[in-house]
Amino acid sequence: MPPTEHAEASPEAEGGRGASAAPAIALRDLGRAYGERVALSGVTLSVPVGQTLAVFGANGAGKTTLLRILATLLRPHRGEARVLGHALPGEGWAVRGRVGLLGHDPLLYRDLSARENLRFHARLHGLAGRARTAASSGAAASSGAAARPARGGSAGERIEGLLEAVGMTRRADEPVHTLSRGMVQRVAVCRAVLHEPELLLLDEPLANLDPGAAAAVGALIGPGAGVTRVVISHDVAHGLAEADVVLGLRGGKQALAVSRAAVDEAAVRELYR
Amino acid sequence: MSAPRGPRGDGAPRATPTRGTPTRTAVAALVRKDLRAELRTGDTLPAMALFSISTFVLFHFGLDARSLEGDLAAGVFWVTMLFAAVLAVNRQFVAEREEGGFDGFLLAPVDRTSLFLAKAAVLFVFLVALQVVAVPAFAILLLEPSPGPGLPELIGLLLLADAGIAAVGTLVGALAVQTRAREVIVPLLVLPLMIPVVIAAARGTAPLWLEAGAAAVEGRWPLILGLYDLVFGLLAYAVFDYLLDE
Repeated sequence: MPPTEHAEASPEAEGGRGASAAPAIALRDLGRAYGERVALSGVTLSVPVGQTLAVFGANGAGKTTLLRILATLLRPHRGEARVLGHALPGEGWAVRGRVGLLGHDPLLYRDLSARENLRFHARLHGLAGRARTAASSGAAASSGAAARPARGGSAGERIEGLLEAVGMTRRADEPVHTLSRGMVQRVAVCRAVLHEPELLLLDEPLANLDPGAAAAVGALIGPGAGVTRVVISHDVAHGLAEADVVLGLRGGKQALAVSRAAVDEAAVRELYR
Repeated sequence: MSAPRGPRGDGAPRATPTRGTPTRTAVAALVRKDLRAELRTGDTLPAMALFSISTFVLFHFGLDARSLEGDLAAGVFWVTMLFAAVLAVNRQFVAEREEGGFDGFLLAPVDRTSLFLAKAAVLFVFLVALQVVAVPAFAILLLEPSPGPGLPELIGLLLLADAGIAAVGTLVGALAVQTRAREVIVPLLVLPLMIPVVIAAARGTAPLWLEAGAAAVEGRWPLILGLYDLVFGLLAYAVFDYLLDE
């Protein structure tokens, strides 16, 4: 397989779903190094709004670096990156708060409960309305009323609805360090989507989840979420099934960047050899 | 289970996000989070209090003096407070570093200096809470005169010194947490930077703890503390943003 099958993927031209004029993500010759080690180099692609970019590659291929650049947590050292219409890193301030990141770290404080963590993040994101007390919120959630409140509901309602959606209402007041990995991942999903981001950046989002939990969080971060997504996955079949655009990385370099229709599973599996 | 369908899917529970969280909201959220975690774990304040009381006991026996007054008492007290503060500075950003707090904060639409303001405020609260315990303990274990007569002036000096320690300590804490040798870097940076605070606070406190009774505090010492707070507070506020860059 040649190192780069397509220099740029533009699914609009190939009938990709949900295409629109201004891409949610536009990268040109993107690169990043840690000291002298080049972690990412020559990534060029475009992801239309509402579509899913699936990123594949072996360990150390640069996937997480790419995700952190898109999340504004790392500065690119080379090339251009535009996310949600804003150039990074210069206009990162305009992107923060519009991105939901679910990475290897859950970004949850271990000594706080799930509910306290979500309230904290809701406040940081300036969500309207005060979080209600645990007792009153729990009661609302258990009655099912919080799962589908009217639009413009309070942060407390949003939190309770999300906790219920991932099946964490009963354990929501226990410190995070007492929860299993799968439960922590479920709470991390709630944290990532709490502020209703326009772009979801997901690094192995189903890691540690049992099939039931995976289905539950799928409603929040899956293709049906209705937002642009970047998904890192080692499950090639599952990743391709959700993808509109496919990026393959090998040793930090772009090995392929194509629309889903233009790539088969064998070509993606080749990245891991 | 009726599940929300997604961040922007129809029927999902929604809150109304605002673009750009006000700094005071972010600071309040961070302060509340830190205080809640401290109340739950007791990682920092009990250690500071135990350290201070242990130090007073050690001085009590080490100096072979049943009571201190004046310059010596003020010096012992303020050096102990400074070392106790180092304990707090060492732990100030550990949760942010080890539990992804920095990333969670940087992903939110908030002014980065709100983290500095919040951490400095929490350290200030810790120092005040410590001194609520440490001043009476010092009076019982080491201090010859009663601290009562000069208490208002002492409180003023404590607050001024605490503000300076909180500002510089927070800056150093944010710097040191990025390094592997945090426990070494913090005292190496904090102690020299705090020399003016210790001098001014000790010189200011000494007349309050004279055996003959509390005398007036020289005006220049509170003034020096105030200037230190202003200069280092502004300096720390100005450069803190850069410490959060990668």
